[in-house]
Amino acid sequence: MNLFDLSQASADVRAASPAQVQLDEQGRLRHFLDIEGLPRSVLTEILDTADHFRGIGDAEVKKVPLLRGRTVANLFFENSTRTRATFELAAKRLSADVLNLDIKTSSAAKGESLMDTLVNLEAMQADAFVVRHGDSGAAHFIASQITPHVAIINAGDGRHAHPTQAMLDMLTIRRHKGEFAHLRVAIVGDILHSRVARSQIQALNTLGAAEVRVVAPQTLLPIGVETLGCQVFTELAAGLKDVDVVIMLRLQKERMDGALLPSESEYYRRYGLTRESLAHAHPDAVVMHPGPINRGVEIESAVADGPRSLILDQVTNGIAVRMAVLSMAVSGQMKARAERRGERSRGAGA
Amino acid sequence: MKRSLINARVIDPTNGRDGQYDLHLDGGRLIAIGEAPAGFSAEQRDDLAGKLVTPAFIDLGAHLRDPGPRYKGSLVSESAAALAGGYATILPRPDTSPVLDSASHIRTLLDRARDVAGVRLAPLGALTQGLEGELLANMAALKSAGCVALTNLRQPIRDLGVLRRCLEYARTFDITVVFQAQEAALAGQGCAHEGAIASRLGLAGISESAETVALTQWLLLIEQTGVRAHVSLLSSARAVELVRDAKARGLDISADVSMAQLHWTDEQLEGFNANFHLEPPLRSAADRDALRAGVVDGTIDAIVSDHLPHEAAAKSAPFAVSEPGMTSLETMLPLGLALVKAELLSLPRLIETLTFSARRFGLKGGMLAVGEYCDLAVIDMAHEWRISSETLVSAGHNTPLLGMLLNGRVEEVLLGDTCYA
Repeated sequence: MNLFDLSQASADVRAASPAQVQLDEQGRLRHFLDIEGLPRSVLTEILDTADHFRGIGDAEVKKVPLLRGRTVANLFFENSTRTRATFELAAKRLSADVLNLDIKTSSAAKGESLMDTLVNLEAMQADAFVVRHGDSGAAHFIASQITPHVAIINAGDGRHAHPTQAMLDMLTIRRHKGEFAHLRVAIVGDILHSRVARSQIQALNTLGAAEVRVVAPQTLLPIGVETLGCQVFTELAAGLKDVDVVIMLRLQKERMDGALLPSESEYYRRYGLTRESLAHAHPDAVVMHPGPINRGVEIESAVADGPRSLILDQVTNGIAVRMAVLSMAVSGQMKARAERRGERSRGAGA
Repeated sequence: MKRSLINARVIDPTNGRDGQYDLHLDGGRLIAIGEAPAGFSAEQRDDLAGKLVTPAFIDLGAHLRDPGPRYKGSLVSESAAALAGGYATILPRPDTSPVLDSASHIRTLLDRARDVAGVRLAPLGALTQGLEGELLANMAALKSAGCVALTNLRQPIRDLGVLRRCLEYARTFDITVVFQAQEAALAGQGCAHEGAIASRLGLAGISESAETVALTQWLLLIEQTGVRAHVSLLSSARAVELVRDAKARGLDISADVSMAQLHWTDEQLEGFNANFHLEPPLRSAADRDALRAGVVDGTIDAIVSDHLPHEAAAKSAPFAVSEPGMTSLETMLPLGLALVKAELLSLPRLIETLTFSARRFGLKGGMLAVGEYCDLAVIDMAHEWRISSETLVSAGHNTPLLGMLLNGRVEEVLLGDTCYA
């Protein structure tokens, strides 16, 4: 540890950030926690690998033996159908054994029960934990403090990050629009509570998108959101003007109870994506949504099911991206494990 | 015992003393500064050349965890931590279990403290019953039992009419009210300063207005009622301004800030280090700089520990659900000396802020007066030491400084005639 720097009078004793925890010294992925801090090369590698895996889904036998004999545990502390299902399929297509655990956290002794669950699973020699948790930083906490030698894949932590969702969106965009450099992307809806939006903004910036916009009423925008790397719009027509990609976010019904919005109908009139409002975007613009969608609340059915909607493509791409991330992180951990074994045997021989 | 401490640098801000003096003690009483009185013959003579001697420190609002769950700390462990940090007197908080809201609880605590604790206790009592913010506590009885001030801490008093009555009643019995300004409705479920960093990390924010709205309400009611008040744990630049203005208007108000707020900002949250989960939250660099300036210009009178020990499990959780607080009595001196070294604060001003509570709350100590019992700290400012689980005396090891090398250590605390080395 460092000398407490007296000349600064404010010793920097920050813990390792998710970016530092998820890469090893050689820059290989060993956990996948957060888009922030990952270089463009790693994001591109994920997309290229996922593109390759996407072909497997179209083959007669939808399996590769990359993770044969490995165990992937899905640990969902929060409910999810789609994300969990695609992670399960991704692991199975890589030939891994899959364990699904839905864990309802009690409010008491949260930290302890979380720790006990994880160290027990580690003792069962699981190779990867796919973790969804209601608290921001949960995946980072597990990777940095509890089971650093198990590949941790963040499947959504609080409002913080949902990096596989962001990467499947990037794959979908790249497959339809090509490179990112000329793209304008608008993200519309509840930015404040959205881990998806945070990860998308970071991924689009890292991949070099021309412009990232967020569109929402002031009550659904986090303070300082522009520092994430986006333009802020509070009016839908202006926010959609000439964009190439529109990403709609799901509106949770409880936002009305929290006095963040007056009513669903007023929200839909101002921020709902309809054929009419979509006309402000570029004529070739595509429409995306992380799902599940609320028809008539944030998006009109005719748009969600229309020719410019990529919503089902996103789901298909989700499997490929999760295969890519699982295989990369588990292989990163295996290499590290082999290196540790090598060091130990050298140490014993000396 | 007759004892002479010679050749030390002696700093006593209350009496404007800073220089090399000899101190002569008899039975815990300071009998002379400088020349020994005629006929005085010391049984023990300590040459403290190169060392610093100051009045022992006094902390407002440290949490001793007693009565309460023993795995978080106890009078025994936290009193020892206070002595190790150079403290003679602690004003413990009333949010214990049970809450210190009755005279019998206060008497029990003080009785037990006499048996187990070396450090002196001058307890803060609850302003409302159970700290629930609804019914007035038996304030006069609490004062008679030994409370030096009353507080509702950060617990809300939602009905402003009740708050007004609390202040009027306290005024009636000449009781000082200590408060922490936070409007619960604006703080919500927040766990971090509302700003770009919390937004990026997805942590629910506590806005500056959560502090300033509550502070403004309190200040207006303090002005109206004329009660003597102390605002604890300021966190924002705007709050410092409000206190500065209130003092200029002539309100009988004093203020403190925690040492952590003078050192760190919300940038430390980047790695989700739960040891930086504090209430009020660490705010921006501009806020920290304004707090430092407030200490220098006297708007802020005291630097306090905000000592809050936890067992390991309380911090071993994702940031938002970890319990807020830091164990800090033992790191106050080195962190304070770091501010001096960086020329943000003079050494006498640092000592003044660490002993202020004696004057404000009418306590023994806090200065060197000939003829009086005196509590002293002997300090080696050059001593370099590494803080670790082994060196910590507090039951809580929840500090981000574990493993760091620190400068400056308290060698000895003299409480009257009793010496704790």
